[in-house]
Amino acid sequence: MRYLIALILGFLASTSFAQEWEDQRLFNDGAGGDALRVLSSTDTNLFAPLIEAYVAENPDTAVEYLVTGTADIDGLFREAPERFDVVISSAMDLQLKLANDGFALALDDVAHPEWAEWRNSLFAFTTEPAAIVINTAAFEGLPVPSSRQDLIGLLRDRPDLFAGRVGTYDIRRSGLGYLFATQDSRASETYWRLMEVMGGLDVRLYCCSGDMIDDLTDGTIAVAYNVLGSYAEARVESGERFKILDLSDFETTMMRTALVSKETTQVAEAASFLRAVIAYQSDDASNASPLPTLAQDGDRGAIPLDPATMTFLDSLKRKKFLEEWEDALIQN
Amino acid sequence: MQTDAVVSGSLRNRLVLILIGGAAVLAIFLFFAVRSYAVQVAQRGQDNILLASVTSMLDAAAFRDGVAEVDIPYAAFSMLNTPADDRVFYAIYQDDTFLSGYNDLGLLGENQGGQPSFQTRDYRDTSVREVTASRTLIGADQRTEIQIALAQTQDALADTLDQISRNAALLGLGFFALAVALSIWATQATISPLSRLTNSVTRRGPQDLSPFTKPVPQEMAPLVTSLNSLMGRLDQSLSQSEDFIAEAAHRVRTPLATVRSYAEATLLRVNKEENREAMRSMVKAIDESSRAAGQLLDHAMITFRADHLEREELDLVDLVRDLILRLTPVADMKDLTLDLRGEDTVTYAGDPILLQNALRNMIDNAMKYSPADGAIEISVRSEPVVAVTVSDQGPGFPLDEIETLTARFTRGRNADNTIGSGLGLTIAQDVATAHGGEITLRNREEGGACVILSL
Repeated sequence: MRYLIALILGFLASTSFAQEWEDQRLFNDGAGGDALRVLSSTDTNLFAPLIEAYVAENPDTAVEYLVTGTADIDGLFREAPERFDVVISSAMDLQLKLANDGFALALDDVAHPEWAEWRNSLFAFTTEPAAIVINTAAFEGLPVPSSRQDLIGLLRDRPDLFAGRVGTYDIRRSGLGYLFATQDSRASETYWRLMEVMGGLDVRLYCCSGDMIDDLTDGTIAVAYNVLGSYAEARVESGERFKILDLSDFETTMMRTALVSKETTQVAEAASFLRAVIAYQSDDASNASPLPTLAQDGDRGAIPLDPATMTFLDSLKRKKFLEEWEDALIQN
Repeated sequence: MQTDAVVSGSLRNRLVLILIGGAAVLAIFLFFAVRSYAVQVAQRGQDNILLASVTSMLDAAAFRDGVAEVDIPYAAFSMLNTPADDRVFYAIYQDDTFLSGYNDLGLLGENQGGQPSFQTRDYRDTSVREVTASRTLIGADQRTEIQIALAQTQDALADTLDQISRNAALLGLGFFALAVALSIWATQATISPLSRLTNSVTRRGPQDLSPFTKPVPQEMAPLVTSLNSLMGRLDQSLSQSEDFIAEAAHRVRTPLATVRSYAEATLLRVNKEENREAMRSMVKAIDESSRAAGQLLDHAMITFRADHLEREELDLVDLVRDLILRLTPVADMKDLTLDLRGEDTVTYAGDPILLQNALRNMIDNAMKYSPADGAIEISVRSEPVVAVTVSDQGPGFPLDEIETLTARFTRGRNADNTIGSGLGLTIAQDVATAHGGEITLRNREEGGACVILSL
């Protein structure tokens, strides 16, 4: 009886933190004890093979996989670091700041290349470029742009075709979108001109790559700027009607990172889970993961894991950047 | 006489200990000096980077539309990247009002006069190096001060210091090892003239009292001078006493011979048996004295010649034969036979006078202790060493005295009724020593003493 009350109380407690998850799934629910709570920005279908491989090796551990946006992850985790055991996110800047602020547990026995880890507490396990994806039907008869400059010219020339049909991240809501945007702005002034052009075309703003690709697939938008390459590729392979642009000017590449919460109650399980993820993503030969692997040669194009990545998280700088972005993009 | 010195400590050990102790102190000092200097340099390196970073942030501060703005340059944090992935914290204040960054990271106090200030302190459970700097912005109708605190953990610095400490420790150890080797070598080099002097003193023959002439270090000169002067005086007093003995013996012997001839003449004229007996005793006593005086003379002569040994090629057998010839009359008086055995010729380079003297004393001794009708065997051989053996058929040596009989004026217990001074074996011994040989005393299995002079 007492157990039942405890269970109910526990249930109430967990629902009192009622949270609107994008997705939520419990793997290996047969295992007793507390499930490993993984807070992630990666869609469940992309990450499920990794978790399934892990629970196959560790049948005693259940894994609860909770999906939400990168900005939400940062907020939720900072608020209650003890509620989550592992945090996985594509927003490298937010992840690095979590580690810098002392939320991540240092794991000394994880063998990982120096450029792909930070303080032995933040570990990168994929290398994924930001992609520009076009709907092939909408570009029927048009030259395929080979640089951002081309794209700007094309968008500017054919407002009839593209008005209301370009999409990009709403960087105010998406941590990853903000990371891509700030890195793009560092790479070239072209970014701002592109934003102005897109603003003139009444851009559609999205929270996530998945939604953007959905709209691209059904023809709602013709161009999606800074979509996660991995998501797009997963769909291109399934024969959908869009094309990832191969641009010659520059490419922003991010690394998906994972950390173990400093306040986790399951240190051993969380660490072994993280090691399993890294091992799974590093092993090219037997890799059945839908996620891209970590570039083994230390892709120099990727956003580096160093304190500079946090620069744009400064509230003054963020405010200024968002103002400029809004000025460029939202021209009602 | 006590010959062992009273030892208190060792110069070598004392020197080595002092040098090694000094080296250890120096090595430890070296370690700490290098380390503390490295700490300063490493800390200054981190301070410089922090200052450059905070300066670049301050430079990016400006008024825009009347509002102070700090647009942190990407490079400001980029330059703070370290191999140990040090954490970075910052806080931006405008006129002491928090603007952005970590609001729990306060400004350092005492930042007057616009000079940046540095401090190592604890922040978020870890040790950080913090810099605070400020810049005054002057706008159209306002002025404001932007203050920035920037802090960085010190993991890379600690790694560097570990490395440096290890290297400094190695340096100190290397220095110490070298210093130990050097101090042992230096001690050895300093002590060796002393050992050489000791050696040359030890190696000297018992009669050698000449001064040391080999060069010695300045510090040892007074010692050697004193030693030389001591030996000089010793030599002088020794030769004086030898001279005195020789002179005395000589002076005594001549009158004794006169007294003896008078006594013998008187003996012929005295008829009363008791008077004749008295006279015979007198002659015997005179003989004894005269012989002792002769031996004292011999001994003095041998001591002198042994110091200035003159070797010449000679045939020992010839020498012995000659001696036997001269002693046969005396032997005949006691009905003794002298047998010469052994090799026909044995050549040897030695002082003939000394050898003759020694052998005569040996044969003399044998004759004295031999019973009448006895035979004395004298054999000369060259293998394994040149040696002359004189054996008699007398009572032999008392076993417990065999070691001491060659000392001066020592006579065996069984010598009471024989004439002798106790110098015979001493003379033989001195001659043997002067020639680098020795005298061996032993008793023969079939009875009788046996004296071997090996050269």
